[in-house]
Amino acid sequence: MNKPLRATELQPDDDGPLYLAQKKIYPQSVSGPFRRIKWILMAVCLGIYYFLPFVRWNRGLGAPDQAVLIDLANNRFYFFAIELWPQEIYYFTGLLIVAAIVLFLMNSLGGRVWCGYLCPQTVWTDLFYAVERFVEGDRRERMRKAGEGFKMQRAAELALKHSIWLMIAWWTGGAWVLYFADAPTLIKELVTFDAPMVAYIWIGILTFTTYTLAGFMREQVCVYMCPWPRIQAALTDEWALNVTYKYDRGEKRSSLKKAAQLRAIGEPVGDCVDCNQCVAVCPTGIDIRNGPQLDCIQCGLCIDACDNVMTKIGRPTRLIGYDNDINIHRRMEGKPEIFKPIRARTVIYTLIIVAIGGAMIYKLANRTLLDINVLHDRNPVAVRLSDGSVRNGYTIRFLNKRGFDRVVAVDVDGPPNAVIHVVGADSITPARPMIILGRDTTTELRVLVDSNSSDDVPSSVPVTFHVTDIGLGEVASTKDVFVTP
Amino acid sequence: MADHAHHGEIDKVTGTATTGHEWDGIQELNTPLPRWWIWTFYATIIWAIGYFIVYPAWPLMNGYTHGLFGYSSRAELDVDLAKLNQIRGEKMQALANASLEEIEKNPALLALARAKGKVVFGDNCAACHGSGAAGGKGFPNLNDDDWLWGGTLEQIEKTIKYGARSGNDDGHMGNMLAFGKDGVLTKEQIVQVANFVRSLSGQSTRPGVDLAAGKQIFAENCVACHGEDAKGNPELGAPNLTDKIWLYGGDEATIIETITNGRGGVMPAWIGRLDPTTIKAMAVYVHSLGGGK
Repeated sequence: MNKPLRATELQPDDDGPLYLAQKKIYPQSVSGPFRRIKWILMAVCLGIYYFLPFVRWNRGLGAPDQAVLIDLANNRFYFFAIELWPQEIYYFTGLLIVAAIVLFLMNSLGGRVWCGYLCPQTVWTDLFYAVERFVEGDRRERMRKAGEGFKMQRAAELALKHSIWLMIAWWTGGAWVLYFADAPTLIKELVTFDAPMVAYIWIGILTFTTYTLAGFMREQVCVYMCPWPRIQAALTDEWALNVTYKYDRGEKRSSLKKAAQLRAIGEPVGDCVDCNQCVAVCPTGIDIRNGPQLDCIQCGLCIDACDNVMTKIGRPTRLIGYDNDINIHRRMEGKPEIFKPIRARTVIYTLIIVAIGGAMIYKLANRTLLDINVLHDRNPVAVRLSDGSVRNGYTIRFLNKRGFDRVVAVDVDGPPNAVIHVVGADSITPARPMIILGRDTTTELRVLVDSNSSDDVPSSVPVTFHVTDIGLGEVASTKDVFVTP
Repeated sequence: MADHAHHGEIDKVTGTATTGHEWDGIQELNTPLPRWWIWTFYATIIWAIGYFIVYPAWPLMNGYTHGLFGYSSRAELDVDLAKLNQIRGEKMQALANASLEEIEKNPALLALARAKGKVVFGDNCAACHGSGAAGGKGFPNLNDDDWLWGGTLEQIEKTIKYGARSGNDDGHMGNMLAFGKDGVLTKEQIVQVANFVRSLSGQSTRPGVDLAAGKQIFAENCVACHGEDAKGNPELGAPNLTDKIWLYGGDEATIIETITNGRGGVMPAWIGRLDPTTIKAMAVYVHSLGGGK
């Protein structure tokens, strides 16, 4: 029983069904260090998710005071002291690359750490199982109740369970929309039905997905829908530590009594007493003793379950633990265990993370908060003026990413005797055009450059525009061309 | 072939009733469409009949059935446009209340006027002046600093409103006379004055042409409109002949043609076709193109 199938034992010609109906899983409660880690991580992850929108961050008058805000209407992303504009979306690209490599690094060190402890699917499913256990009882009770008929008390239990599930799911959707608007205001609007329809729709969608994914689909998501198990199978190597049944210690399995008898007469016997606790607690319903498998999310609950049993029967713990095949074979050959967390793979991953993370931090720290974009007029490209000089028109967009208005001067150099006019600012400051840039916004202005170049100049010369903050001395420049007809 | 004697027989392999149809020993199983599907189909038919009744549907000889709801996409558009105008109303009112100079000095109003002006220019003016207002032969370039009828905001607004030689009583008047066709000047005189005019803007003249005679002819015939210094007169739309910009061309042949046959390009009056606020926005837009004075 429970022996891993070998390839030769599989019979593809069997007339069995091509699909399997979902096997209902009733994970048993368990206690131990891994369970504790999972509780703590669940509290931290969900705490951040549910309460982060309420954290305030003062950005001065007129700017939103929500610490994390995706302001789609105004095209701004706020993250504490960082404010990003849409054209800085590449920071998210960098963040995604770093996140991916961190996943790879975790995978090469401790297997599917993400799947087992941090993935939203795992966290919410774990929470939903906790609710189920709280309302209906532990594994045995739930299995018994599932087999019984439908009674009043059963109906009340189910109603309570689904109500709590729906409330959690609804809160999940509710917290999501709070990241896109001022949280306290939006809550007030949601309660008084003044909120925009899109908010209700998103709450509805996420309530539905949370309820179905965590309440019904559960391990099916991990086994059939998620691409990560497939990817991680390609990323792992023989040194990665995975939740492993140490069959060198466990086999041959026998009952507790029989094991004692065999030990008494000096016969070799394994530590596994076939109590099936590791199977009972598994949230994906697998038997870890069948070896590494795609369905295993490596949450470590079977380690806790097995350790509890081993402690009770007076055998050493960690019959199931974070281990790898190399060490199993070394122990079987009587050699000491070795662990290699530092190896080419992990070093390279770490270097990539440091390089990209460092580049992003450097770029973020040194990014310009004043910028200038220039678009040359296309029609006409150049204009001859009555005194024979040449004029080029440009549309310039000034970007002021600071939270206050500022006065900037606009200068040009390149074409001979270049004179710059900013339409609208000329009459106020004719000598050197000065303009006011509104805080945290862009300003688009028409700029004309005159040059009394003689006829023998090349038809196109480079021109550079400078914008200088009079108060802070910040300068931004951009290049374009000056065309002579 | 069809054999209804076997109708309703149960197929052994699948346990499904057959239709009684059989072809070469192959029997057809009776697997009707699911009930829910049938009922959904009937429901769509009923829905369609209701749709025909309440919404416009049937074309008639003179029009169409309007339906009980009286819906029309054109009426819906009118409502949307009214809403849009209401939203824009406040800003457009600010534009209407401000003077041309105030608009140009207020960045928000300037941006609004330029945006509006650009669209209206594209719809109404681009046909002659070009989409970038670069003009063409006979159609002034509005990006330069040379203006037949004056380049201040007020002068530009007036030209847009009433036009030039447009037939509007308030429009600009004044033609370039056809000195050659009307027999005022001989061909030789025209060549002489044309070369003199070219010399005014520093262009080369044909060797052997009597420029002094040309100057004399200019003084007798042209100064009334173009002025003693030949710098033109915006009151009459007489161009400055000393600069580098030529509406019809500054080469000798073109100048001779201009003097011989006269010129009189028409700028239409827009006062009845565009509302005053739109014309205001347009004046600011044209002024901001670069050449405004």
